Amino acid sequence: MTAISLSPADLAIGASLVAFDALLSVLLRLALHRQVLWAAGRMVVQLVAVGYILRAVFALRHPAATLLVVLVMSAIAAHEIAARPERRFKGWTGLGLSAGGVAIATVVTVGLALLTAIRPHPWYDPRYAITLVGIVLGSVLNAGSLSLDTLLGGITRERGAIEAQLALGASFHQATARLLREAIRRGLMPIINQMSAAGLITLPGIMTGQILAGLDPLEAVKYQILLMFLLAGASGLSALLMAYGALRRLTDERQRLRLDRLRE
Amino acid sequence: MTARLAVENLKSPLAGPFELELAPGECAAISGPSGAGKSLFLRMIADLDPNTGEAALDGTPRAAMAAPAWRRKAPYVAAESGWWRDAVAEHVEASAREAGRDLAAQLGLARELFEGPVQRLSTGERQRLALVRALVLEPPVLLLDEPTAPLDPDSIAKVEAVLAARLKAGAAVVLVSHDPQQARRLGARPYEMRERRLRPLG
Repeated sequence: MTAISLSPADLAIGASLVAFDALLSVLLRLALHRQVLWAAGRMVVQLVAVGYILRAVFALRHPAATLLVVLVMSAIAAHEIAARPERRFKGWTGLGLSAGGVAIATVVTVGLALLTAIRPHPWYDPRYAITLVGIVLGSVLNAGSLSLDTLLGGITRERGAIEAQLALGASFHQATARLLREAIRRGLMPIINQMSAAGLITLPGIMTGQILAGLDPLEAVKYQILLMFLLAGASGLSALLMAYGALRRLTDERQRLRLDRLRE
Repeated sequence: MTARLAVENLKSPLAGPFELELAPGECAAISGPSGAGKSLFLRMIADLDPNTGEAALDGTPRAAMAAPAWRRKAPYVAAESGWWRDAVAEHVEASAREAGRDLAAQLGLARELFEGPVQRLSTGERQRLALVRALVLEPPVLLLDEPTAPLDPDSIAKVEAVLAARLKAGAAVVLVSHDPQQARRLGARPYEMRERRLRPLG
């Protein structure tokens, strides 16, 4: 591979564009220059830190170090999913739910890729494992939080309709079936859009990165296609697990609607 | 003789304990200020809110049946009706729609209303159709939260006539009502709910 290495001067030229944004903000009084500069600074620090950590972990090639990085990334994703919906669970229920969903969706899809399609040696080689987990987690986060938010918002809004069904002898499953479908459908929207737009409206990030790094476009495309399939699977699993898990925690052994388990 | 509906030591952190026994054909009419716990009581009997204690139908405790089966036998009709489909008729199982149309007619509702969308109904029409949804189940117990509150006198009389027929057929009815005359017309035992406790009146 013949990647063109970037020098600090190259990055400085790029940074002048951020300075242009800041200048624009000052001139047009957008009151955004602090935020733009802060966000750009933060991005640089975060990425450089991640770069050093990944270099160290890649060099170690130790399963424990790989696992630690994967766990930290998953924990952050789980926290984001639990914290995003407008209506949230009381106590640790939400976090437990999102942690379980993230773990299952990620392990199943990344595991499938590492053990069948990509097959690095050893299979937990951090260069593949951590990168795949990172990409998959993005979709897990997106699908899971959309699905959970739709379900929790919908069940609060439609309380009267759901309880009316329960009061006439419907099972909790029947009374919430439509809401469950709606939540999972919402969770799957981003990946469907992503797949339809791929190559036409957007050049997906991984493919672009590999092409920039000197890989043959067709090889890069094959990788991207596999990744899209992984993301589709991860999105579906994540949306399903969040919506279904949340529903289970909103009912009890007498099939009541337990909105008291949500925060006010 | 075993009671049609027997409520024993029913309580939750919010209300109770409650005791109530209704023989077949008996009606209890509960009045009391808003926030006193009338709806809570009906919801607890229907097992829609967490509670402890016992409720039994013809001697069979509700714990012995699945919650949906119990609620089908003792449906709760809320003061504000909830709807989950577009058309009224879709809220009733296909096999019960003919009975639903008959009941709607008995309650003074035009046929088009039963076939039409929920959106176009007035509050009073919704209330009566919500009652129809419960009546088509032919339940032995009815838990009714202010079923006639938004209705005109003519419609109230029609609802009471239907309820009287159900009582005569052996159903037990627990009714929240602010009208003492209504209790008298239905031959109901009057109760008052105050500070989340139930007391017989008179």
